Amino acid sequence: MLAEVFTDQRGEKRLFRIRALFLALIVILGLALIGMRLFHLQVTRHTHFTTLSDGNRIKIQPMPPTRGLIYDRNGVLLADNVPSYALTIEPEKIADLESTIAELSTLVPISELDRERFRRLLPQRRRFEGVPIRLDLSEVERARFAVQSHRFPGVEIAAELSRFYPQGLHTAHVVGYVGRINQQELERIDRSNYAGSSHLGKVGVEKYHEAWLHGHVGYQQVVVNARGRILERREEKTPVSGRDLHLFLDMNLQRDAAAALGDRRGAVVAIEPETGGVLAMVSSPSYDPNPFVGGIGFKAFAALRDDIDRPLYDRAIRGQYPPGSTIKQFIALGGLASGVARAREGKHCGGYFQLPGHSHRYRCWRARGHGSLAMEDAIVQSCDVYFYRLAHDMGIERMNKYLAEFGFGRPTGAVIAGELGGLLPSPEWKRRARNQPWFPGETLIVGIGQGAFLATPLQLAAATAAAANRGVYVQPRLVNATRSGLGEPLEPTAAQQRHLSDKDPAHWQVIIDAMTNVVEGRRGTARRIHHQDYRIAGKTGTSQVFTIGQNETYNEAEIDERLRDHALFVGFAPVDNPRIAVAVIIENGGSGGATAAPVARAVMDSWLLDQRVVPATDDADETDARSAMVARRVNE
Amino acid sequence: MPARLHIDLPLLLLLLLICALGLLILYSASGQSGEQVERQLMRLGLAFVLMIAVAQVPPVLLCRWSLPLFLLGLLLLLAVLLVGEQSKGAQRWLDLGVVRFQPSEILKLALPMMLAWYLSLRPMPPRLLDILVTSLLIAVPVLLIAKQPDLGTALLVASAGLTTLFLSGLRWRLIIGLIVLGAAAAPLAWSLMRDYQRRRVLTFLDPGSDPLGAGYHIIQSQIAIGSGGVHGKGWLEGTQSQLEFLPERSTDFIFAVLGEELGLSGVILLMLLYLAVILRGLSIAAQAPDAYSRLLAGSITIVFFVYLFVNMGMVIGLLPVVGVPLPLISYGGTSLVTLMLGFGILMSVQTRRKLLQSE
Repeated sequence: MLAEVFTDQRGEKRLFRIRALFLALIVILGLALIGMRLFHLQVTRHTHFTTLSDGNRIKIQPMPPTRGLIYDRNGVLLADNVPSYALTIEPEKIADLESTIAELSTLVPISELDRERFRRLLPQRRRFEGVPIRLDLSEVERARFAVQSHRFPGVEIAAELSRFYPQGLHTAHVVGYVGRINQQELERIDRSNYAGSSHLGKVGVEKYHEAWLHGHVGYQQVVVNARGRILERREEKTPVSGRDLHLFLDMNLQRDAAAALGDRRGAVVAIEPETGGVLAMVSSPSYDPNPFVGGIGFKAFAALRDDIDRPLYDRAIRGQYPPGSTIKQFIALGGLASGVARAREGKHCGGYFQLPGHSHRYRCWRARGHGSLAMEDAIVQSCDVYFYRLAHDMGIERMNKYLAEFGFGRPTGAVIAGELGGLLPSPEWKRRARNQPWFPGETLIVGIGQGAFLATPLQLAAATAAAANRGVYVQPRLVNATRSGLGEPLEPTAAQQRHLSDKDPAHWQVIIDAMTNVVEGRRGTARRIHHQDYRIAGKTGTSQVFTIGQNETYNEAEIDERLRDHALFVGFAPVDNPRIAVAVIIENGGSGGATAAPVARAVMDSWLLDQRVVPATDDADETDARSAMVARRVNE
Repeated sequence: MPARLHIDLPLLLLLLLICALGLLILYSASGQSGEQVERQLMRLGLAFVLMIAVAQVPPVLLCRWSLPLFLLGLLLLLAVLLVGEQSKGAQRWLDLGVVRFQPSEILKLALPMMLAWYLSLRPMPPRLLDILVTSLLIAVPVLLIAKQPDLGTALLVASAGLTTLFLSGLRWRLIIGLIVLGAAAAPLAWSLMRDYQRRRVLTFLDPGSDPLGAGYHIIQSQIAIGSGGVHGKGWLEGTQSQLEFLPERSTDFIFAVLGEELGLSGVILLMLLYLAVILRGLSIAAQAPDAYSRLLAGSITIVFFVYLFVNMGMVIGLLPVVGVPLPLISYGGTSLVTLMLGFGILMSVQTRRKLLQSE
């Protein structure tokens, strides 16, 4: 009995020892398994995890470059960078956006416009980028937030350089403006170069010369902790500022041109014939570009967009108008160059022209006709029948060849964004665009600059400059020189020029004499702008907005103001040493000689005689404009 | 018989070494907070005192307390279920005015004591009836704890019970049968799990599916360990730990701090110390004079292994995230006290065997 218990005891002990040994084996196997996994992590994949670990703590932070400034030819600032403080919210760090904004609004005023802009920008922002809830914080507001900032993690005051246009609406179209980068643009731009930038050029010079103006991004390496706080700054690559641009534009002339246009809808383009430099480019009415920088409110934008006078529409480069009689001298040159017409050869005007075998009467503006006219008189008196005949004799192909040489039918390539090319109608164009055959009568209509023929004021000014240069077409351009920073040398841009095919000086003399007599001659259509101190060469034009029926007469008073003819004038001065070529269009202005020509004369007086329409800009003006703008932003 | 302090010196030295290493890592993991280290040092002191106190209690006495302690434990578990305190979505704590504690901790020792007492009174290997009774004794507290819910403790208590049963000589075909049954019951367990528990399992299977949410812990701890390499980034130099990319770095994920700062060499050192403790424990159990001491000592030792295996396995991405601390090293006092009491029992068993031999 006792022995049995004893054996049991020994058996149990042996059984336990086997089990314990088995468990020891399991323990060793388990630890070996962990050891193998550790070897895998710490030896085999060590490099991989080191990369991940560095990626956690070392962040590359972009440093945005300072945008280049834009000056006029006299060093007047057109686009400036001003320090501005915005209150930004990083949504990733905020649990309840609405209540945070509500609390913030007890510290600094936040308007419905601010909230609207915030909501609009929210889906467009990049990850971990702050979204502005308030722009242009005043010093007092900054201080008030700074005291309470500990209550608002994820809300920060961001100091940045904000674009400011001191000339306001005077340069809105030509200089353009910058705005926040949107989703479509984000897909187009070089994201690494824009890593620290929130804005880019949207319109005008700001857009076209984005590459020059923006500069190159810099980087700094920082060590951060898990909450994103920067603990240490390491190596950095400083950003390269954008280039400053010096335009040909003269701010005094620009203001005078705008003043000469007044509140009428229209455009003025003034070019220096020798260089192709754009001295003034005005589209009226205009708008203040400054609200677009921060993000214009939807209502304000809708008001501009839906305004019947279309202030956002740049008439100087995108306005395509039938050029009317302003191109007659160019067609005349084509007639001389191709040998179809001779200067002294007379053509009879009986008040209308009929194509052989057709009954349709193509009328002259002067119902009783001009009688027999040579080329010069035909231009001076703008006889339509003479040009119907010339167009008929030349044919559409030959006419187009010379008009194209003057730059019609395609953009001038002037370095500005959004320029349109007008339209030079041709049989191929009509087949392609409308699937219709060309009628002989259309050739006649092109001959007087009407019908489907469209040109922009910029094209007209450039063609007029080519006439002033007696056959040298200089591509219009805005930027005179660039420079990499203050104190650095100015680097001029190169002029692009070409010669027209007709190099016979006698032909050009005929044209220029005719244009001179338009202003200086006793029967010239623009004789009222004659000036005793210098001589002007020009050509008036009137382009039809409203088609008059075959047997109707045109009665200005009866037609709605918006359907009245556009008034045009092109010209250059002084005749013997051209320093300025001007194209003017006044929408629904009626007669070119009466409304458009005086505007051109005012621009020429300003440029040639320094005779101001408005007082010269001075610093006081600029300061006023700036404080007015700041006041408006605060009031928004 | 002269008064004698019952202590196992090899075990005591090993435990001191591990705790010293633990304090070193804790100092770094806590962001060099002297305060945390000080508080942990006080807990360790208390735990060592308790361990030595328990070591003075002869196993015969422990054996006698087994049933009452187990019943008390069950009672307190029921109390937790009814009047326990909520914390982080689980009901685990009981407030006794002076101290707040988790009754589930008691079961980590009370269950193996109970089973060792029950099985030692019967012939081994146990008969079917005994197995059924034992299974019931395991299932009741485990389910009560799992319901709190506290999966980590339930796992440890269950492993304590099952180890005791295994050591008692449970026949192999029964063991295999149980494993098959367990595999079959897996879908049932899945249906009983809470949402957050299921998510943990899913995250374990594919941590990349939610790198900023539930998968963040696992990904960051593996980055910490992997970037540590063989020699580590140096003490106090771990970027994952010091820059706070590693969550829970002084508690459940402290192993990752060790792996990052001291590398594979530091990790292997700790594993060797742990292995030495386990082998010492198993050797104490194997040499124990009576069945009760054997079963209890063996079970306590294996539970210690389960602790560290589950914790390490979790931190290195071998096992799903279960709230089990790294024994003797993680910041915190609750499990530390239970563990040290267990080592006290081991010492009691060891020193009584010597006495028996010397008589």
